[in-house]
Amino acid sequence: MLELRNVSKRFGGVVATDDVTLDVKRGEVHALIGPNGAGKTTLIGQISGSLGSDGGAILFEGRDITHARQHARVRSGLARSYQITSMFKRFTVLDNLALAVQARSGSSFSFWRPVSAEAPLFDEARTIAGEIGLAGREAAVAATLAHGEQRALEVGLALATRPRLVLLDEPMAGMGPEESENMIALLERIRARITVLLVEHDMDAVFRLADRISVLVSGRVIASGAPAAIRAHPEVRKAYLGDAKA
Amino acid sequence: MSWILIVEQSLNGLQFGLMLFLLAAGLTLVFGIMDMINLAHGSLYMLGAFLAATLVQATGSFALGVLLAIPATAVLGMLLEMSVLRTLYARDHLSQVLATFALILIFNEAVRIIWGPDMPLSVPAALSGPVQLLPGMVYPAYRLLIIGVGAAVAGALYLLVARTRIGMLVRAGASNREMALAMGVNIPRLFTLLFGVGAGLCAVAGALLGPLFAVQVGMGENILILAFVVIVIGGIGSIRGALVGSLLVGVVDTIGRAFLPLLFGIFFQPRVASAAGPAIASVLVYLLMAAVLYIKPQGLFPARG
Amino acid sequence: MRRAAPWVVLALALAFPLAMQAEQTYYLSFASRIFVYALAATSLNLILGYGGMISFGHAAFVGTGAYVSSILLSEGVASAWIGWPAAVAASALAALAIGAVSLRTRGAYFIMITLAFAQMMFFLVNSMKAYGGDEGLSLRERASVGLGVDLGSDFAFYYTALAALAAGLYGLHRLAHSRFGRVIQAIRENEERAEAIGFPVYRHKLACFVIAGAAGGLAGALLASHGKYVNPNVLHWTHSGTLMVMVILGGVGRLWGGVIGAAALLGLEDLIANHRVDWLAAIFPNYQQHASLGVGAALLAIVLFAPEGIAGMLARRKHA
Repeated sequence: MLELRNVSKRFGGVVATDDVTLDVKRGEVHALIGPNGAGKTTLIGQISGSLGSDGGAILFEGRDITHARQHARVRSGLARSYQITSMFKRFTVLDNLALAVQARSGSSFSFWRPVSAEAPLFDEARTIAGEIGLAGREAAVAATLAHGEQRALEVGLALATRPRLVLLDEPMAGMGPEESENMIALLERIRARITVLLVEHDMDAVFRLADRISVLVSGRVIASGAPAAIRAHPEVRKAYLGDAKA
Repeated sequence: MSWILIVEQSLNGLQFGLMLFLLAAGLTLVFGIMDMINLAHGSLYMLGAFLAATLVQATGSFALGVLLAIPATAVLGMLLEMSVLRTLYARDHLSQVLATFALILIFNEAVRIIWGPDMPLSVPAALSGPVQLLPGMVYPAYRLLIIGVGAAVAGALYLLVARTRIGMLVRAGASNREMALAMGVNIPRLFTLLFGVGAGLCAVAGALLGPLFAVQVGMGENILILAFVVIVIGGIGSIRGALVGSLLVGVVDTIGRAFLPLLFGIFFQPRVASAAGPAIASVLVYLLMAAVLYIKPQGLFPARG
Repeated sequence: MRRAAPWVVLALALAFPLAMQAEQTYYLSFASRIFVYALAATSLNLILGYGGMISFGHAAFVGTGAYVSSILLSEGVASAWIGWPAAVAASALAALAIGAVSLRTRGAYFIMITLAFAQMMFFLVNSMKAYGGDEGLSLRERASVGLGVDLGSDFAFYYTALAALAAGLYGLHRLAHSRFGRVIQAIRENEERAEAIGFPVYRHKLACFVIAGAAGGLAGALLASHGKYVNPNVLHWTHSGTLMVMVILGGVGRLWGGVIGAAALLGLEDLIANHRVDWLAAIFPNYQQHASLGVGAALLAIVLFAPEGIAGMLARRKHA
């Protein structure tokens, strides 16, 4: 469903992603792991379109999207969430989600009719709020949410665009055990209808959820395959997992 | 259209460009390192000119007056930085713009109250004559002085930024402020010093251009715009960009104003040429800016990658 | 009470001229000027307050409207039904051209580029000797709207300006609550995420810019007719600054920000210039000629200590 061929990106003299080739199959949860600074967020940026690529090609559902604008990629079903929460802080939870729903339902070059009259928009936003575990918190201003709730909203914004493939960048960053369980449960719920490329450091979650795992070190993919194979892979253990973790 | 005219106008362009560089250099550094838009930079230029005019009258010597005006303006600049501008570094750009715009209003009126709407400043007698550069080609001595001073200051600035420790700190700060902070650079003191240098440079430009352009209230506003165009073209935070940008703007503007009406006169009817020529000439630098931005939205030499 | 407030203000504004004696046209004229500037400031508020785009070149659009309508008037086209829409169209076009290039940049670059382009328009207009050049263009008469109404009468012009302002404010109100308004405010809040949920950000910003430019152009046309005079300074970047001062004084991003700001600034200037405060004059004999020093100081104080502007302070008081 998503194919990366020899994708690379440099920042000045620094090579962030280097000749990355990997693929994500429809319906799977594909985890992307690697040490800090390996280039995972850069890669996510390149796939989502917020960063341009210096080399290689990105294909989504067979179409070359390497040079497509970010908003066009979202419209065609490819969404992302951010490692550092990026939402509309002064809007309420409901308004945040409604915005994402608005983006894919009709034109926003409508200047006269009040949005508040569009009940379907907000109904759907409420449904999504329920799905991500924020039922009852719709009226809360996003900035006042607890960390775990913010991360849930972060993922919710991506989900609200009804993507067919979602790129999740460390959704569990900074979460305690209970919050992480909630997030894992959410991911289990959505995996039936949405393909997921998941960047995560939480190895528990990764090995519970992933169908396949790719390992990124210093901008290069050093291994890619089933979780068991990755766990046993000598280079991966050396570079990242260490013998204690797995 | 003789080659003499071309050389003369080119020199004028060089002269104007070098003075623009003095303003643009200070502006781009403040901008690049402190991430602050300072509209009051033009006011420092104006203060430099007024102080020079006063000191020249007081001391009776052009050189002395100008030389004294430089540290005086630098000190005023540093006082301004320590009192008002420092609180703006952390603020958003809109606040910076509005606050420094307010400073323009305050400075313009303050100068008007203290000195009046203008001050006389003339080319010193010793330099008021022409100099023979080549057989058949003369050029005003004073403008040659400006070119000389401008080139010397530009050279000194380059040495300062590229070859000294302070310069290295400045460049580090321009490309990555957080890192510089983390490495223990004393940011507040560096900023104040930087601001003082910028103010001093403004004073040099103001004092030297005063005899040519008239020392009057509001003289800063028009040249400030050109300085902004320069740093947009050159890239925010880059001294090299400021130099290239100022020379480009100085030459294009001067030569454009001198020759475009003539050029139009060749191709178009006199009535059209006399209207369109000067009109297009005056907006030439803005068209240049638009063209540069279209190709390179971050300017020619952006300091940050 | 809050919902009734705009209607009360409107009623007062409608009744105001009726309370004036025939000779007190000065106040009518002054009020008209406030309305026109309020419209200009409100149009800037759209891109500045709601859209978060710090454009320092808005005077270019107000000025374009002023000049286009003035040129048409001086060439014999007296009808406002032609002149004013032409002004609006011209300003919209200018906004489209300038916005298309400027909006490709961000942050500080954007501020300076809008400033520079506005200055470009200033120089262009300044060099148009046929229409007064730097001396400006005087008009013999205000535009005419027909329908038996003579805009030359301050009374009639007052209501025209009021109508334009009311229409502008209502339009902004509807816009702010519309889909478009939501997107614009979202873009102001977090531009990157707005793009990441699928909005073509550039297109929306440009549309906002053009709408604001068009409204500014209408204000410019009214301004020119009001004073029967237009001069390149209306396009100078410092005039953009004045408009920004109004918006910030009144309250950025608040519906009434432009109105309050224009009224406050123009009122303050009028107060200082025409109503001598004796004890102040005793200390400082010429103070009335240096009003902008006070304005500058007030602006600086507001930026440093009360960044929400007057409307912001009022809103806070209501909630407290």
